[in-house]
Amino acid sequence: MNTEVKQILTTDGIPLEISLKKAERANKIKAFLLVAPLLLFLLITYIFPIGEMLTRSVDDKMITNMLPKTFKAMKNWDEQELPSEEVFASFLADYRILIEAKTQGKVAQRLNKEKNGFNSILKILIREMKNFEEGNTKKQIIAVHKRFGDVSYWRAIKRTAPPYSIGKYLKAVDMVIDENGDIVKVEEGRRIYTQLWLRTLEVAFFVTLFCFLMGYPIAHLLATIPMKYSNLLMICVLLPFWTSLLVRTASWMILLQQQGLVNDFFVMIGLVADDNRPEMMYNKVGTYVAMSQILLPFMVLPLYSVMKTVSPNLMRAGKSLGGTPFVSFWKIYFPLTTSGIGAGSLLVFILAVGYYITPELVGGASGKLISNSIAYHMKQTLDWSFASAMGLMLLVGVMAIYWIYNKLVGIDNIKLG
Amino acid sequence: MSKNNEFVKFDNVDKSYDGKTLVVKGLNLDIEEGEFVTMLGPSGSGKTTCLMMLAGFETATNGEIYLDNKIISKIPPHKRGIGMVFQNYALFPHMTVYENLAFPLKVRKIPKDEADKKIDKALSMVSLQGFETRMPMQLSGGQQQRVAVARSLVFDPQLVLMDEPLGALDKNLRESMQYEIKHIHESIGVTVVYVTHDQTEALTMSNRIAVFNDGKVQQLSSPAKLYEEPENSFVAGFIGENNIFNGTVSDISGDTCKVKLKNGTEVLSNPISVKAKGDKTTISLRPERALINPENKMDNNHQGKIEEVIYHGDHTRVRINVLGNDQFILKVPNSTSNLNIKLGNQINIGWNAKDCRALDPK
Repeated sequence: MNTEVKQILTTDGIPLEISLKKAERANKIKAFLLVAPLLLFLLITYIFPIGEMLTRSVDDKMITNMLPKTFKAMKNWDEQELPSEEVFASFLADYRILIEAKTQGKVAQRLNKEKNGFNSILKILIREMKNFEEGNTKKQIIAVHKRFGDVSYWRAIKRTAPPYSIGKYLKAVDMVIDENGDIVKVEEGRRIYTQLWLRTLEVAFFVTLFCFLMGYPIAHLLATIPMKYSNLLMICVLLPFWTSLLVRTASWMILLQQQGLVNDFFVMIGLVADDNRPEMMYNKVGTYVAMSQILLPFMVLPLYSVMKTVSPNLMRAGKSLGGTPFVSFWKIYFPLTTSGIGAGSLLVFILAVGYYITPELVGGASGKLISNSIAYHMKQTLDWSFASAMGLMLLVGVMAIYWIYNKLVGIDNIKLG
Repeated sequence: MSKNNEFVKFDNVDKSYDGKTLVVKGLNLDIEEGEFVTMLGPSGSGKTTCLMMLAGFETATNGEIYLDNKIISKIPPHKRGIGMVFQNYALFPHMTVYENLAFPLKVRKIPKDEADKKIDKALSMVSLQGFETRMPMQLSGGQQQRVAVARSLVFDPQLVLMDEPLGALDKNLRESMQYEIKHIHESIGVTVVYVTHDQTEALTMSNRIAVFNDGKVQQLSSPAKLYEEPENSFVAGFIGENNIFNGTVSDISGDTCKVKLKNGTEVLSNPISVKAKGDKTTISLRPERALINPENKMDNNHQGKIEEVIYHGDHTRVRINVLGNDQFILKVPNSTSNLNIKLGNQINIGWNAKDCRALDPK
């Protein structure tokens, strides 16, 4: 095969390819400069914080920096028997420095998390170490408390040595690294996060389903009625979209509370007894109702834009060829709107998975989602690395959904308008 | 079995969309079995509305439509068994050509091997065998049109409606498709109701043409009759070219009448829709019926001045100012080049009273 492709030259003798690049260069630079501000903005406000989140979520450097000598001495320890005299001496030296700086509490807390019972023996150590004599540190420390003679406590220290840990991620799925270094589930009563993740997915799924069931007929109506009515209807769909999210959620609170309008109405028509008004808020029902309403436009708009392109003649053709209205709809109209269904569902699902304000206000305890937990750890417990870990997991999850959708349907088939 | 002369019958049909104006007014129209009838008219004349009422996508406001002697207003579109070709083909874009054609057969639960035979036959009719697996988007406009025609015929309907099916095609393709549809009609003998605003298309394809204007059928007759003997001035003006004079009937006797024009000249004419002396009328004369420097004596002879000469290849159009009308058109075949046709020349023109139809005033 002839691998030498004949180069095409311009009349000046410059290869065509180079000449073309030269001619297009100014345009390329212009184009780049136009998008540069946005690129920079994205880099600063999006890529950089995500990177920061990632490092924070796995960060475990604190203890690494607090016990430097100990970890250095432990490097060659085989973890089978008690560590050598050198390790004990280094630990004592590190600990002395920490006590002087009054930061020994943090280490005690961290080590106690790794292995229960560390906190108390470290406190005893502070008291006893004043009486220590030079040399033979190992024997003296073990004499303070017999747990210092237990090899598993020293293994716990060694486990905290690496500057990074996946502990926060494990915690987010209700798992821990146990005393032997194995990844296990936390005990039954303390598993809260898996339930939260599942509930988030469940709520997102049903909100998407409700939005689809309500949005499809509306979008169809919008796409088929005459312009003067469709504009009005479109405003009705968009009006809540233009109202503040908080106002909308608050109005749902007025409607749904036990002494609220919906309950009043139910009582009035005799559907429920006055002394037996159902709870429609501060539980999952409230979350479903309010979120479905708020996210409805995100389903209607892509559907509408797709339906607008489906010619009414297609349904007519289907009927004239003998298809009943249902067959014509199911075999012709519906398949042609799937790209809109996909786009709308993806949009609603992704938004619902990360929804915060609405479940926070009307969700109560049983209607809270993962984002509420993230906010809780950001603001209340100040465990930012845990919040970061959950945030990143959410992000990866959303990206995974997007990826699966792309594999199944193809992102090119999405039509947003 | 004899042919049904009233296979499709519009009986005094009215249609209004807004309750204020009538789009179709008291329409009466009979279509014979196996006939190719074209509804021709300007846009907004109600022809597509009639087609939609026949197909069942619009309901008649008043009156009844019969198909094969059955009232169809109570039958939903999908049970009427009428094939339809739409303006923009309306092929199902997510289905292959085969699936498009199989759709009407599938909903009728026709077994697959029989359906395959029908599809094959329909595709060969429009010479598109081998295109079964193509998607509509992969076909040219003309091919899509043929698929649409094949799809409307594949389930052997008694009646096929075509709503300006060739409107989106270019001129050459449109002409060849006209013949193709005409030949298909002749070979299978199905009744076709065809809607168009293109008079050439109507004249080429139809057995009979119904000229629509203002919600009414102005004239229903064969193409030749429609052109040669228009019954009113709208039809005369809409089909082909025509020279007109406005005047008043000054004398009427049997099959001729005298029409006095504004400038006082009297023209011998053929009274079509004038009844008595004093009626206002519009005279219509086809350009090819007026001769330049006629050798034989003709009923009307006048002198005119040549205002414009336009060369058209096979003929020359000459605009003449005669009898106070400066828009009088003559068509001169290019073989007779010895005529003295030059701008500004005075020439003699003549025509017979029979060709000069005194119609309703415009």
